[in-house]
Amino acid sequence: MAINIDTALGIYPHTLRLRAARAEILAANLANSDTPNFKARDLDFQAALARSLAGTLGDSLTLAATRAGHMDGENAQLGGVVRYRNPMQPSIDGNTVETEVEQAEFARNAMHYQATLTFLGGRIKTLMTALRGD
Amino acid sequence: MPLMNVFDIAGSGMNAQSLRLNTTASNMANADAASSSINQTYRSRQPVFQAVMEDAAGQYRGVGRSTDPNAIAKVRVLGVVESKAPVRSIHDPSHPLADAKGFVHYPNVNAVEEMANMISASRSYQSNVEVFNASKQMMLRTLTLGQ
Repeated sequence: MAINIDTALGIYPHTLRLRAARAEILAANLANSDTPNFKARDLDFQAALARSLAGTLGDSLTLAATRAGHMDGENAQLGGVVRYRNPMQPSIDGNTVETEVEQAEFARNAMHYQATLTFLGGRIKTLMTALRGD
Repeated sequence: MPLMNVFDIAGSGMNAQSLRLNTTASNMANADAASSSINQTYRSRQPVFQAVMEDAAGQYRGVGRSTDPNAIAKVRVLGVVESKAPVRSIHDPSHPLADAKGFVHYPNVNAVEEMANMISASRSYQSNVEVFNASKQMMLRTLTLGQ
């Protein structure tokens, strides 16, 4: 049986990448908590994970464009899985960031990230044990 | 690596909020700076924030709302504007800075607004610091992955 690193690590590399992307989006919300007209966004994690597993979610690398008519494939990336948040109490200046909600989501996301890291570490340890054979 | 951008984002937030704290401090310090001319009177200064969209590679993607779903938003200080509210003119002929009609002009600083501003800026700064620290922890644990 061939050892395939991709399948051995399971779902965790996908979730780790998406958790990091989500941390970025939530950090942007918090940084803009006082910016007029800023609309809070979040990652639709389930949809993003489904697309990541199906292989239709590209990473941040853009495609090589060798001719003028080539598109850069932007829509194949996080498009469609980043959504605007529905605020409970939007501000009068058009800002929809609710700091408490964003902080809670960020903390939750960080915990999930750490959990994913632990699971991924376990998978790697398992592989190492299999490789060493002792 | 998306997590590296979090440091930039939180840093931009801290930068903006500390400038807001600076203007608040300036307004509070000058709240009672008397003047003999309306034109020379200190006006309350307020920063204007703007979201700047950048893609994952740090390329500029416009301001405010972006159609690019990958764009992440930093915050920047677009500028500092002076309040248009009228200055306080008080009739006090005995004041050394009184003008020809006996009026002394004081800045249009609203101390209550400034205090609220200060607390809001300080809280926002703190939440950015927390984001920064949490991301640092995530980063450090990622570096020790598999050990």
